[in-house]
Amino acid sequence: MAILVDPDTKVIVQGMTGRAGTFYTAQMIDYGTRVLGGVRPGKGGQRHLMLPVFDSARQARAETEANASIVFVPAERAAAAMIEAIEAELDVVVCVTERVPVHDMLKVRAALRGSKTKLVGPNSQGVLSPGSCKLGVMATVDAKKGPVGIVSRSASLTSEIVAQTTAAGMGQSTTIGIGGDPVHGIGFSDCLELFMADEDTKAVVLIGEIGGSDEEEAAEYLSRNKATKPVIALVAGRHAPPERRMGHAGAFQMFSRGDAAAKIERLREAGVIIAPDAQSVAPKLREALTEKVS
Amino acid sequence: MNLHEFQAKEILARRGVRVPAGRIAWSAEEAEAVARELAAQRFAVKAQILAGGRGQAGGVKFAATSDTVRSAAQSLIGSTLVTRQTGPEGRKVKRVYVEEAVSTSRDIYVAALVDRRAGCPMLIGVSEGGEDVEERIARDENAVRRLPLPLDGSQPAEDDLRDFAASLVGQDGPVEKAVDILRVLASALGELDATLIEINPLALTKGGDLIVVDAKLTLDDNALFRHPDLQALRDEDEQDAVEFEAQRHDINFVRMDGDIGVVVNGAGLALATHDMLRDAGGAPANFMDIRTTATSLQIAKGIGLLLANPGVKVLLINVHGGGMTSCDTIVEALSIAMRWSGRRVPVVFRAAGQNAGYAEKMMVDRRIPHEAAKTIQDAVRLAVAQAGKRAA
Repeated sequence: MAILVDPDTKVIVQGMTGRAGTFYTAQMIDYGTRVLGGVRPGKGGQRHLMLPVFDSARQARAETEANASIVFVPAERAAAAMIEAIEAELDVVVCVTERVPVHDMLKVRAALRGSKTKLVGPNSQGVLSPGSCKLGVMATVDAKKGPVGIVSRSASLTSEIVAQTTAAGMGQSTTIGIGGDPVHGIGFSDCLELFMADEDTKAVVLIGEIGGSDEEEAAEYLSRNKATKPVIALVAGRHAPPERRMGHAGAFQMFSRGDAAAKIERLREAGVIIAPDAQSVAPKLREALTEKVS
Repeated sequence: MNLHEFQAKEILARRGVRVPAGRIAWSAEEAEAVARELAAQRFAVKAQILAGGRGQAGGVKFAATSDTVRSAAQSLIGSTLVTRQTGPEGRKVKRVYVEEAVSTSRDIYVAALVDRRAGCPMLIGVSEGGEDVEERIARDENAVRRLPLPLDGSQPAEDDLRDFAASLVGQDGPVEKAVDILRVLASALGELDATLIEINPLALTKGGDLIVVDAKLTLDDNALFRHPDLQALRDEDEQDAVEFEAQRHDINFVRMDGDIGVVVNGAGLALATHDMLRDAGGAPANFMDIRTTATSLQIAKGIGLLLANPGVKVLLINVHGGGMTSCDTIVEALSIAMRWSGRRVPVVFRAAGQNAGYAEKMMVDRRIPHEAAKTIQDAVRLAVAQAGKRAA
C-alpha cells in the first residue's frame, strides 16, 4: 500500500502557475499522479496545464475533493500557503520551497497543532511511491516498486540510494524527504511509525546527516517501540569540518548535539544497522532482507 | 548572518537592557579619545571580530587610564587574532570597542534561540556563565535551564518567567530586573527574525544590577528580506571572499586545505562523498553543494574557483542528476569553466541518475580528458590515486 501517497491520492498544486510549479506539475502528471487543479490567488477561474486554477486551497479542496497538496510558492509567502492547506484539512502537504524563514515555520507548527495534516518539508523533494504516485520533484528514472522504505534529509543522497537499491534488485515502497530545514513537519520517527505499519515495506533506510536531532529522535523512538522490520541508517558528515560558528559555544551545537559519531552511536544502541558509507547501504539491506526470510 | 558585539549591544540597549557605556574606535588615538569621554575607573578594550573565544585568545584587554587604553588599542588594531573559532589563519582586527569595565560578582549565561529539537523558541540559562560555560555544560547537562516560549511570539506565563529568572539570579537576587531582560530576549527573537540572541556573561554586580558584558546575535539569512535595516549591518570584510563569491552563484562552498577539488550536487551527497574521500586517504580542497536552482553558468563560476586555486591537483566530480540539475548541466559548466580558466587538471567524473549516459557522452565529445567512474567508491579511489601521482 505504501505510505502517505498512493494511486488514490488527489493532488492540488499551490503555486502551479510559476516556473517551478509548471515544470514539476507537468512531470507529476506524466508520472501518473492525479493532479486535479492548482491554486494561485487572483488567477481563480483560469486554466493552466489544462487544469482549473483556484484562488485558495479551501476552494480547490471543496471543488475537487483533493486530499493532498504540494507547495511551490516563493519563500516569502510559503508559510501562508502551508497554513492555508492545513486549515483546508488536507491529509498530506509537501512543501518544496527552500529558504523559508524559521520564524514563519514556527507559525506553521502552531497551525499543525491539533490538525490531522501531515506536513512534509519545507525544503523537501517530496514523497514518491514508485509506480503509483509522485508528490514531489525527485528524479524517477531509477525508482522501482519494491520492499524498501526510505526516509531522508537529503534529496541527492536519496536519489543515490534509490538507484543503488534498484540496481541491487530491490525496489522502494515509498521514499520521503523530510527536508533540510531546522524546523519542519514530519520527522524520522513519524515516518518510521508509518513504515512499521505498512505491509509493503519490509525494511527501512534512514538517511541522516550532521546537525539537528532527527536521528536522535529516531533512536529514541526505536528504543521505546520495538522495530518489527530491519532499519538501516546512513549518517553523512562523519568527516565534516566543525561548523564555522559564532558565540562562546554556538548555542545550536551546545544545546542540541548534532555530530555524526554521536548520532551513529545512538542509532546503533537502538538496534539500527549502520551503513558506514553511501556505497554500503544496498549490501546491508540485502543482508538484512535475506536474514529475515531465512 | 552574525552581528558584531557592539551591534548586538546597541540593539539590546535600544530595547532597554543595560549595557556598559562604550564606543567603537578605528585607531589608537580614537580609542584614547573614547576613554577620556567615558571617564570610567577602568576600561575594557575589545577586538571586534565575528568569532567567539576572544577573551581566551587575548582579544580583550583591560586598562585603567586613557593612556593604557591607547596602547591596548594599538596592540589590537591591525593584529591577527586566532581563537578556537577562527581557524589557524585567524581574523584581522580592524576596530576595537572601548567600554566601561564591569566588576561582576557572578557571571550568568542567558540566551533566546529557536530550538530545532523542540521546534519552538526557547529561553536558555546557566546560573554560572562566562567563557568556559561550554565545558561546564559538558560536565553537567543539568546546569542548563530551559523555558519553551509560545509559538505565536507572545510572552510566556508570568510565573514561569519569574521562576526561570529566580533560578538564574537566586530568590534573593534581582529577579524583577532579570524578568525584564528575559522579556526583551523573548520578544526580540521573533521581531528581529533572529535564531540566537546570547548574553554571556550577564554580569550580576555587587550592587544587584544586571549588565550585559558580551552579546551575540545571529539573524536568519532567509528572513533578511524583511529587515533592510539589519541587512545593512553586514560586515562583508568578515566573509571569506571565495565563499562569498560562490554564494552569489547559488553554490554553498566551504574552503578546506586539501588538493582534491570536489564538485557535488546536494548537501547530503556532498557530505557522503567527503566521508568516502577522507576514508580513502584523500584531502578535499573544498566542500561544494550546488543548489538545484543553479544554472550551468553559475556552476561554471563555482568550478572556476577551484581551477583558480593552485593547490587543487584533481577535480572529483560526483553528480546524481535529478529534479532540475541533470548531469549534462554539470558537464556544460565544466567545459565553460575550463575554457575560462585555460587550466587543465585531471578530472575524475562520475555521473548517475538523470541524463548520466548523455553527460558521459558529452565529456567524450568535448574532449575533456577524464577518468570515468561507475560508483562513488571508484571515483574516490581514482581521485586519491591522481592526487598522489601529482604530489610525487
